[in-house]
Amino acid sequence: MTTRSRFAGYALATAAFLFLFAQVVLAKDIALLNVSYDPTRELYDAINKAFAADYKAKTHDTVTISQSHGGSGKQARSVIDGLEADVVTLALAYDIDEISARGGLLPANWQSRLPNNSSPYTSTIVFLVRKGNPWQIKDWNDLIKPGIQVITPNPKTSGGARWNYLAAWAYALRQPGGNDETAKAFVTRLYKNVPVLDSGARGSTTTFVQRGLGDVLIAWENEAYLALKELGPDKLQIVNPSLSILAEPPVALVDKNADKHGTRAVAEAYLKFLYTRPAQEIIALNFYRPTDPAVAAQYSAKFPKISLVTVDQVFGGWQKAQKTHFTDGGVFDQIYQPGK
Amino acid sequence: MPGFGLTFGFTVFYLSAIVLIPLAALLIRPWELGVAGVIDAVSAPRVVASLKLSFGAAAIASAINGVFGLIVAWVLVRYRFPGKRIVDALVDLPFALPTAVAGIALTTLYAPNGWIGSALAPFGIHVAFTPLGIVVALTFIGLPFVVRSVQPVLDDLDREYEEAAATLGATRGQAFRRVVFPTILPAWLTGIALAFARAVGEYGSVIFIAGNMPFISEITPLLIVIKLEQFDYAGAAAVGAAMLAISFAMLLAINTLQAWARARST
Amino acid sequence: MTASPPRKEFHPPTRESFATRVVLVSVAVLYISLFLFTPLIAVFTEGFRNGVDAFLNAIVEKDALAAVKLTFIVAGIAVPLNSLFGLAAAWAIAKHDFKGKSLLITLIDLPFSVSPVISGLVYVLLFGAHGFLGPTLDALGIKIIFTTAGLVLATMFVTFPFVARELIPLMQEQGVSEEEAAISLGASGWQTFWNVTLPNVRWALLYGVLLCNARAMGEFGAVSVVSGHIRGLTNTMPLHVEILYNEYNFAAAFAVASLLALLALVTLVLKSALEWHYGEEIAASHRH
Repeated sequence: MTTRSRFAGYALATAAFLFLFAQVVLAKDIALLNVSYDPTRELYDAINKAFAADYKAKTHDTVTISQSHGGSGKQARSVIDGLEADVVTLALAYDIDEISARGGLLPANWQSRLPNNSSPYTSTIVFLVRKGNPWQIKDWNDLIKPGIQVITPNPKTSGGARWNYLAAWAYALRQPGGNDETAKAFVTRLYKNVPVLDSGARGSTTTFVQRGLGDVLIAWENEAYLALKELGPDKLQIVNPSLSILAEPPVALVDKNADKHGTRAVAEAYLKFLYTRPAQEIIALNFYRPTDPAVAAQYSAKFPKISLVTVDQVFGGWQKAQKTHFTDGGVFDQIYQPGK
Repeated sequence: MPGFGLTFGFTVFYLSAIVLIPLAALLIRPWELGVAGVIDAVSAPRVVASLKLSFGAAAIASAINGVFGLIVAWVLVRYRFPGKRIVDALVDLPFALPTAVAGIALTTLYAPNGWIGSALAPFGIHVAFTPLGIVVALTFIGLPFVVRSVQPVLDDLDREYEEAAATLGATRGQAFRRVVFPTILPAWLTGIALAFARAVGEYGSVIFIAGNMPFISEITPLLIVIKLEQFDYAGAAAVGAAMLAISFAMLLAINTLQAWARARST
Repeated sequence: MTASPPRKEFHPPTRESFATRVVLVSVAVLYISLFLFTPLIAVFTEGFRNGVDAFLNAIVEKDALAAVKLTFIVAGIAVPLNSLFGLAAAWAIAKHDFKGKSLLITLIDLPFSVSPVISGLVYVLLFGAHGFLGPTLDALGIKIIFTTAGLVLATMFVTFPFVARELIPLMQEQGVSEEEAAISLGASGWQTFWNVTLPNVRWALLYGVLLCNARAMGEFGAVSVVSGHIRGLTNTMPLHVEILYNEYNFAAAFAVASLLALLALVTLVLKSALEWHYGEEIAASHRH
C-alpha cells in the first residue's frame, strides 16, 4: 500500500511540475504579436521599428512587436488553434474570415473597420524571368506554351498562389470568347507546366531563384522586386502581364486576444499607423503599392500601370472564390487529377 | 525486488501522459466525420497516391540501405583500411544531424545547379524536386539502421563455421550464402524494417527536396500538414490515424523479428 | 541507434581475394561519402561562404541566440525527464515480472515509428484552442500550444524511447542477483539502486542520454507544428534555420545549420569515445 501512495504522490508532483512550465506565457507588459504571411518579413521589420519609435515619442511607452511569418493559411490555422496574435496581417481576406468564423476571435464585419477594406497596401501579380527573357515571355498566354516551366506555389496552402491562380483565370475570362470553360482549360494547361508546388510563396521564389528551376515565376510584385534586389538584377528581370489582379492583403485587430492582453489601444494604434504617411513610404520602399494617394503619386514611377481587376469584380468575393476553386473537390482539385 | 509500485506506476503514468492520451486524441478525432467520412478521407485518390509514394519511396530507400548497409557493416567488421574509424563514426550522422539541416544540405547538393545535381543533369537525371529526391533523403535518414543492426551480430559470428565450410570445399560465396547470411538474416531484416519505419514518417528532410506535387511527389506527412492548414482537423487526424495503425503494425513486425533473432542466437 | 562493440582484427584462412576486398571497401567508402560526407561538407562550405565574420555575426545575432537558448531549455527539460522515465521503466521491466510486459515495451517503442508530424498534431488535437482539453486549460489560463511547454511536450514525445531502449535490454541481461545480494545485506531499495544498479548501467545511460539529446536538439517536424514560429520567442534552432532560409539569408541559415552540424559531430565523437572505452557494457544492450 505504501508504494501505491508514494506513487500517487510522485504522480502528483510530476503533474504539478508539468503544469508549472506550462505557465510560460507569451505576452509581457507591452508586447504585441503580429502574425503575418511569408513575403512581409522585411516590410514589418521596418514598420515595427518606425512604430515603436513613434509610439514612444507620443506615449513614452516601449512597444516590442514580435513577428511570426509563414504561409497565410498555416498562420490563420495557428491563430485559430490558440496562437495569441494581437493583430493579423495576412495575404487574403478569406483567411481572416476563417479566424472570425471558426475561432470567433473577431467580429464578422472586421473588414469594414479600417479604410480600403482594411488593406493599407496593395500589390499585384507579375512574372519573374531569367535575364534577357530567353523564352520571350510577355503575357499569361506565353505561360501555357509547351515546354515552359512555370513556378508557383500550391493554392491549397499559399495565399499568394491563390492570387496567382485567380489572376490567370481572370486573364483567360477577359480574352475574346472567354468563359468559365475556356478559363478552366487555360488554367489546367498552365498547371501542367508547373514542375514544383511549394507550400508557400517564399518556397517558390527560392526554388526559382536559388535552385535555378523553371523558366518563369508567378509572384507577388513586391516579392519579385525583393528577389531582384536581394539576389541579383544581373540574373533576373520582371515582366508585367497585360492584365493582373489587384491583391489586397488585409490587416485586422484580433479583438479577443488583444482584450485578453489589454493591448487593444496599442494594437489599434499600430494598425492605424500603417495608413500614415511615414508608414506608407516604408510600404512603397518595400515594393508594396501604397494606398495613400499622395505617396502613391510620389512613387508612381516605381509601380508600372497594369490593368488590374479585383476579386469582387470577377469572382464575387473571396468566400465565393474559395468555395468554387480551392475547397476539397473544387476546380483546382479537378484540374489536378492523377495521371494528367 | 522493491520499487515496483513506484517505477511501474511512474512508467505507466508518464507513458500515458506523453504518448497514449495524445495518440488517443488522434484516434478519436476522425470519427466526427462519421464512418463513411473517415473511409472517404483515407481513400481519397490524393491520399492513396501519397501513401503509395511514402511507402514506395521508403521501401526503395530501405532496400538500398539493405544492400549497401550490409556492405558497410561487413567492411567495418572484417577489414582494416585507412579512415575506418571516421567512416564508423560518420554512420550515425543522420541520427544526430537535424532533419531540416539534412534537407537543405541535400537540396543544395542535388538541385540542378548543385554539386551533384549539375553533374547528373547532362545525363537527364533530375533528383531534387522529383520522387528520386525523396528516395535520396529517405536513404540518408535510414542509413544507420542496417549497419548498426548487422554490425554486432557479424562481430559475434564465430568464424569456425566459415573455416569448416572452407575445409569442406565451399567457395567464399557459398560460405557467405550458407553460413554467414542465415546467421545475420534476422538482424539484417530488423535493420531494414527500422529504416523503413523511420523513413515512412519522415518530414523535415523530405519537404525541402521533394517537389511537393500532388499525386507525384507529395508525401503523406506533408498531406497531413496541408489538411491541417485547410482547417480540416478531422481529415488530418484520419490520415494520421491510418499512418499510426501502419506504424504500429511495423513495430510489431520488428519486435517479432527481434524475438526470432533472440531465439536463434540462444 | 545500435552501438558497434570493439572488434578484433585477425586474419583467418577464410578471406576474400584482395580484389573483392578493395571493391567492397571502395563501395562502402563511396556510399558513405556520397550520402553522409558531402552533405556535411556542403553545410560548412555554405555556412562559411561569406567568410568567418559573417558566420560569427549570424550566430551571435539576437534571434539566433534566442533560438540557441530555447533549444537548450527544451532539451534541458525533455532529456532529464525522459532519462528519469527510462530508468524507472527499465527498473520496472527488467527487474520484475508482470503480465503485459511485451505490450508495454512495444508501446514505449511506438513514438519511434510515429511520423514527427503526427507527434505535433496530437498535441494540437489535445491542447489546441479547439482541442479536447484546450477550452478547459484556456479557462484556467494555461497555454501549452505555441509556448515552450508545447515544444517540450512534442520533443519529449519524439525522443521518448531512446533512454529506455538502451537500458531495458542491458538491465535484463544483468539480472537481479547483485541487487538481491545488496538487499539481503540490509540495503534499502534506493541504496541498492544508487550503489549497485546505477554504477552498472551508467555508461549505457550516458549513451542513451546522448542520443536522446541529439534528437531533442535537432527535432524539426514535430516542433514545427506546435511552435507558432514567433521570432526570438518560440523558434528553436532547426526552425530558425528554416526561417533564415526563407529570408534569402542563405549564408546565415547555413551558419546556424553548421552550428547544429557541429553539435551533431560532438555527439558522434562522444559516442565513439564511449563505445571505445565502455563498449562491452553498452554492447550488451545490442545483442539480439
